[in-house]
Amino acid sequence: MPSADSAVASPMGSRRRIHTLAFDDPSRALAAVRALRADGFEVDDVHTPYAVHGMDEALGLPETRLGLATLAGGLLGAGVAFGFQFWTHAVDWPLVIGGKSPLALPAQIPVSFELTILFAAFATVGTFLARRRLFPRIAVTPPSQPGPGVTDDRFVVLVVERDAGFRPARLRELARELGPVETVEGWRVM
Amino acid sequence: MSAGAEHVEELILGNPTFSQVTNEIASPMERRPGPAWWGAFLTAVSVLTLGVVLIGYTMATGIGVWGLNRTVGWGYDITNFVFWVGIGHAGTLISAILLLFRQRWRTSIARAAEGMTIFAVLCAAIFPLIHMGRPWLAFWVFPYPNTRGPISVNFRSPLLWDVFAISTYFTVSLLFWYVGLIPDLATMRDRSTGWRRRIYAFLALGWDGGTRTWQRYEKACVLLAGLATPLVVSVHTIVSFDFATSVIPGWHTTIFPPYFVAGAVFSGFAMVITLLLVTRKVLGLERYITASHFEKMARVLLTTGMIVGFAYATELCIALYSGNRYERFTFENRAFGPYAWAYWTMVACNVLVPQVFWWARARRSALVLFVAACLVNVGMWFERFNIIVTSLHRDYLPSSWSYYTPTLVEMGILLGSFGLFFTCFLLFVRFAPVVAFHEVKLTLSEQRETAHAVR
Repeated sequence: MPSADSAVASPMGSRRRIHTLAFDDPSRALAAVRALRADGFEVDDVHTPYAVHGMDEALGLPETRLGLATLAGGLLGAGVAFGFQFWTHAVDWPLVIGGKSPLALPAQIPVSFELTILFAAFATVGTFLARRRLFPRIAVTPPSQPGPGVTDDRFVVLVVERDAGFRPARLRELARELGPVETVEGWRVM
Repeated sequence: MSAGAEHVEELILGNPTFSQVTNEIASPMERRPGPAWWGAFLTAVSVLTLGVVLIGYTMATGIGVWGLNRTVGWGYDITNFVFWVGIGHAGTLISAILLLFRQRWRTSIARAAEGMTIFAVLCAAIFPLIHMGRPWLAFWVFPYPNTRGPISVNFRSPLLWDVFAISTYFTVSLLFWYVGLIPDLATMRDRSTGWRRRIYAFLALGWDGGTRTWQRYEKACVLLAGLATPLVVSVHTIVSFDFATSVIPGWHTTIFPPYFVAGAVFSGFAMVITLLLVTRKVLGLERYITASHFEKMARVLLTTGMIVGFAYATELCIALYSGNRYERFTFENRAFGPYAWAYWTMVACNVLVPQVFWWARARRSALVLFVAACLVNVGMWFERFNIIVTSLHRDYLPSSWSYYTPTLVEMGILLGSFGLFFTCFLLFVRFAPVVAFHEVKLTLSEQRETAHAVR
């Protein structure tokens, strides 16, 4: 691989050089991410077969706010359920059943509770799938996945050359010390 | 047990490599099914067909082909409904509640238990549907704009609460199960070819295993577990409201919600044990579903069995202490009346049988576990039968007392629901990983780290 061109980001703009370091051990991948970041490299992502704990902190990812979607869904569900029961029983067609007031709040709690859970669950999963762009696909291989091994036993660290200051020689030197089972350099349209 | 073994409990035996985990769990789906699977599948489908035919016969002829009478209006149908809903509860307990409590042993068995939940709720849903007599009009139970007013459904009826509880429970369980499956479907996508690969790819939603996705994924799972936990408690609570909010002696008790939930977990764990003992043997998953898993489930069985036994005792005590003669009569009648045989079958199976699990040797013996779990299933079916039928058959007017005997049609439909359950489960073990790859790999890596730290 010639090293002269790799110091500069691709002139095509959208096409960038990527370096992947594949490990067979989660702790090595974790150590690699920490070492690369400590050395000033920007690690784009790490693809793993399971949720390696501590990897999000090592990558410096902020805490997810997915819980807000759950809360919003739950509030919406509770509102819809209480509102609808109130409307049908007390506004649209008031019925006196067993001498109770048309707005018998305790009797509305079970249905409201269930709909709160239902809406919150859909909001959580829907938001998660939409934000991570997960949807049914015809294409068999996701373009963002660095090889099929990451759903089996490979922990792949992905480094992208983003600017002219990138030091490929230093990266290769570091990679040798970190002991990946495989390193690949390639191009990716970002 | 050596000193080290107390700290490092091996949940996955023999320290396999990650790719070994993938291969071993995926292999039952990739090889052609053997005679054992085909035998079981054809039996299940035959029994299911019998059930479908008998349901068709009931619909064509009328509910008169069942043994119900004017006094006993709820018999096998509602008994089976409560039984199957209860079976489902163990799956949610294992997948959601044990996730919140960070019980690592759940990872190997959660997927199968969640599958069991969905199939059991499916079986449960059949019974109210056919019990209402005209299943093609079942949509009437949901509120929708109609030409009858439009008047809406009665939101104050516990039976309507049940419609919402069961449909929410089914939907959320399915959602939770599918979210759990996504990374594993991606694993299957990456190792299969041809049309199987296309189907797995379609269902895996383009999963790429990136850390951002995993971070949100784990959060989503914890949030869903947090939602499923109160949901599962609410579902059997609401099922118990079907009875508890009525004024029938034997039904009208405040103890019902906790009593039903404990009973549901009890029967569900019995079914998980029964299913997994067979599954792990047939699929060769002894490394992942170990004696230690069964030992823990046996402890749950013992605990919930005693809660249920305590509830039986409380019921009797309150019936005696309340001074209500109708209440007292109902319980005397339950224990010593015409249905005494059903009552004592229940007590023997649910209270006495689990006591065997005080002994560690019983908790580790596959044979004892299997027999005891089957007996608990029988006992828990009889619990619902007792609650429903013995409370109804002798009401306030002795002139209307009667005895309910199920017909062969009802028995056939119950059998048919087992056929549906096992058909679904057998298809599931063929097409989806019965043990979660990603969760087992996480457990495995933690197990290695702990082992390393202790050494």
